[in-house]
Amino acid sequence: MPLLSVDELKVTFAGHGRRATTAVSGVSFDVDEGQVVGLVGESGCGKSVTSLALMGLLPAKGVRVEGRADYRGTDLLSLSPSRLRDLRGTQLAMIFQDPLSSLNPVVPIGVQVTEILSRHRGLRGQAARDEAATLLDRVGIPDPRRRLKEYPHQLSGGMRQRALIAMAVACAPRLLIADEPTTALDVTIQAQILELLKELVDQQGTALLMITHDLGVVAGLCDEVNVLYAGKVVESADRRTLFAEPAHPYAHGLLNSIPRLDAPRGQPLNPVRGSINDQIAWADGCAFAPRCDFYTLDCLQGTPELGPLNADAVAGHQVRCVNPVREPLAVTTLAEVGAGGDPPAEAAAPKGAPKTAPKAAPKEETSE
Amino acid sequence: MATKTEKIDRLAELTARRETVTGGSLWVEAFRRLRSSKMALIGVAIMALFVVIALIGPWIAPHNPTAQIWRDEVFTNRGEFVGPRGENWLGLDHLGRDQLSRMLVGARQTLLVGVVSTVLGFALGALIGGVSGAALAFGGRAGQRLDTVLMRFIDMMLAMPSLLLAVSIAAVMGQSLTTVMIAVGVVQVPIFARLLRGSMLAQANADYVLAARALGVRRRRVVLGHVLPNSLGPVIVQSTLALATAIIEAAALSYLGLGNPDAAQPEWGVMLAQAERFFDEAPFMAICPALGIIVTALGFTLLGEAMREALDPKLRS
Amino acid sequence: MSLLELNEVKVHFPVRRGVFFDRVVGHVYAVDGVSLTVEAGQTYGLVGESGCGKTTLGRAVLRLNDITSGQVVFDGTDLAALPDEEMRRSRRRLQMVFQDPLGSLNPRQNIESILAEGMAAHGIGADRTERRARIVEVLEKVGLPADALSRYPHEFSGGQRQRIGIARALVLEPDLIICDEPVSALDVSIQAQVINLLEELQDSLGLTYLVIAHDLAVVRHISDVIGVMYLGALVEEAPSDLLYAEPRHPYTRALMSAVPVPDPEVEDSRERILLRGDLPSPANPPSGCRFHTRCPWRQPERCDTERPDLVELADGHRVACHYAAEIADGTLRPTRELAERILPEDEPIGAPAVGDEPSAAPVEAG
Repeated sequence: MPLLSVDELKVTFAGHGRRATTAVSGVSFDVDEGQVVGLVGESGCGKSVTSLALMGLLPAKGVRVEGRADYRGTDLLSLSPSRLRDLRGTQLAMIFQDPLSSLNPVVPIGVQVTEILSRHRGLRGQAARDEAATLLDRVGIPDPRRRLKEYPHQLSGGMRQRALIAMAVACAPRLLIADEPTTALDVTIQAQILELLKELVDQQGTALLMITHDLGVVAGLCDEVNVLYAGKVVESADRRTLFAEPAHPYAHGLLNSIPRLDAPRGQPLNPVRGSINDQIAWADGCAFAPRCDFYTLDCLQGTPELGPLNADAVAGHQVRCVNPVREPLAVTTLAEVGAGGDPPAEAAAPKGAPKTAPKAAPKEETSE
Repeated sequence: MATKTEKIDRLAELTARRETVTGGSLWVEAFRRLRSSKMALIGVAIMALFVVIALIGPWIAPHNPTAQIWRDEVFTNRGEFVGPRGENWLGLDHLGRDQLSRMLVGARQTLLVGVVSTVLGFALGALIGGVSGAALAFGGRAGQRLDTVLMRFIDMMLAMPSLLLAVSIAAVMGQSLTTVMIAVGVVQVPIFARLLRGSMLAQANADYVLAARALGVRRRRVVLGHVLPNSLGPVIVQSTLALATAIIEAAALSYLGLGNPDAAQPEWGVMLAQAERFFDEAPFMAICPALGIIVTALGFTLLGEAMREALDPKLRS
Repeated sequence: MSLLELNEVKVHFPVRRGVFFDRVVGHVYAVDGVSLTVEAGQTYGLVGESGCGKTTLGRAVLRLNDITSGQVVFDGTDLAALPDEEMRRSRRRLQMVFQDPLGSLNPRQNIESILAEGMAAHGIGADRTERRARIVEVLEKVGLPADALSRYPHEFSGGQRQRIGIARALVLEPDLIICDEPVSALDVSIQAQVINLLEELQDSLGLTYLVIAHDLAVVRHISDVIGVMYLGALVEEAPSDLLYAEPRHPYTRALMSAVPVPDPEVEDSRERILLRGDLPSPANPPSGCRFHTRCPWRQPERCDTERPDLVELADGHRVACHYAAEIADGTLRPTRELAERILPEDEPIGAPAVGDEPSAAPVEAG
């Protein structure tokens, strides 16, 4: 049984007399114990609203949440606020994109961490302070005892995110929800934080629901990936399958449009047409149809179902498309070019293993 | 087999179903939002009532506001004030004048004091703040110095308690309605100056201002065409709030006896001041002008708040 | 022929304090001696993390920031020495595209007014009709409908707004466009559209670009030559493919190893250099090599005291590292204590992620 099983989650916003807008229109996915699951999508696809709905952090007024989210047998969406609050501190935790606004600016880091320890683990005084220092140390904050006395603004962005992660894992949660945790950070700092998250998952067996727009982050971190478009999951698979043979035209198009670090200069990008504004209602057909290169009239016969790609598809590879893509990705890497082209002498060293041979020899640096 | 046009038409139809294009400039949109705000409607209703009364008050007043028509009645029953009754809806004051008529006629002077002093404060404040902000943002080192000088001057004004400042101005210029208006206006100057300067500095760092400079647009046009129009929002909101405080401050000055020397001329602040002596015996005499001032101030404040919301780009849907 | 040449450009922002008379109490060394050359018709990519001074440098070229010292030679003229009015006039030939497409458009102006403003400032087009004709032509070039003219920025999507920003630069027929993070505010599926548009325009109009971005993948895609900045200075400069194949500065290598690639195979097997700590403050930069506080290859004495010059290693490949050659041929090994302490057990740095692929062999174990 999965740790968290989200079934047809729907979130509708109805503002003051405004037309109701559906942010999430039926999202289903599972998270197993100790698994890293990615929710990927662009702005407006409903990924952040999904996470807020799961944590019960959406405002009560003007928001309608439907569907189920079973966490070890209890439905998170129908839980009373106080039960949910208990659960939130101890079993579920969340980290956000902007670490500065998620921390109280006028309270030292140490107080904010010990507060959690005393509320949920009953630690007081010196014991709480010691544990707080241990936590900060574990998330890689140097000189933790001094840092405990500092205020959030005295910490750098990366350190703040670490402090936030320390608070989130203070009670060894079973499920950690991370909403764009590295988007506001520089790449070298992002690499540190991603490494830290991986380590926490490995060591503590925490399940991680990773919400991001960055397919690169997903590729390195997630076991299972769900691609969201216009409030629905359009494709879900394990990461290797998804990145190797994306079948939904949106996922396929995205992967074809991203400039890759390891692609040779001059390789053209194949952008997805139009913008998120060009969509039709799911009730009328596939919301992606107006931007789709493979669109046919069949796409407009009601909502396509999320189902297995075909009989011999990899287990768990599901696509919401009546006309899935079968073409391979139009991506070449320098490594592939290097094999046949005339690269500079040392450039032939492949940075990444060729796709066909995942267990290829370790990449070689010029220093070796 | 579906033809290409059929495919496209069907899609266009479904896409159009979702379209919600709202057009128009920022001001048009702000006005649209303002119209749909209850707060703004109440504010505007109160203001409109106030302005109408100020305009036509003397004609609809049932009695002469300065004539002590019921003087004898009040003076014979010593200590017995006359409250609301059929002939005088709001009762009589201590000299036997009709309160309702005094309220209706007094609205005009009250409005005049509020509007003139606010306009004065706005004009002076915006001038100082605008020059200061533009100088600091675009004037180089010399501009920074000018800004420092102007702002220290404004700080000195801010440091004085506003009522004390008004009282000293009134003391120098003598007792008159003009004095009250100038005094109240001057008190508003630092607020407007600070606000516009701050707002301009924030806008001067905005990307579109940088973009205009990068285009090679002349400095004067950058300030007048980009920075200033986008900085006025908060200042305009402040002016409606300032109108409310101006009426209250003018009332306070009148109450202190620095207002119009012709005490017979009705003005809400003066009326309130006169009522104070008789508050125990005739609370109604004080309640009328007090309520008038409060409700009017509330009207302006409501409108100001609604405008602040309507103009806030962050709240745009 | 080089269109733009920066010569030891420095931009120091004074930090002032004081009540009546401001005193300069220190400087933020945002750009501290950058020399580079942008060839006509090419794209120069400037990459670096926040606070490295890349944006300040881009603005300094247009003199939107004051230049403390150095030369900005554009087509034979030193812009840094021009009087204000002449600088304003020469901005017709140097244009800029901004990161935030909405923020860089005045919300109170409609599209026609936004696009006509620069033309009016430079006296292009005799009257409104003439300007409008030119504007419609440019709108078409950037892929916007002509009926956009009377609409306002907030009515457009992010990608369309960035097209407006590009059109605003294009109406002036510039020679050089400085693109400051042109796609980082856009959605992934829109980024490629804008990148392609920029490339098409370069081909058809012969434009020269100075692209400033933090995303190395984007910069690598679009640039002919890439300069990597760290704390106000260039640490490495090389042609795009060469930089990827042979990064010689430790910082470039760390940066490159940190950029995620949307490919699990690559992600699982690549070299990782996790840098310790954060970027030092540009107000108080480290002595010697500015990267020495985070460098896994740091050597005592020389790195702390002597600031390395940008030295040409091979044709068009310049590196500012005392030990670039030694690191490249493997005689110098990284010191582990200086890399991020992140692994639970003592693992060599350069090794792939904890507990990941067994096939991934450790590299450069110290």
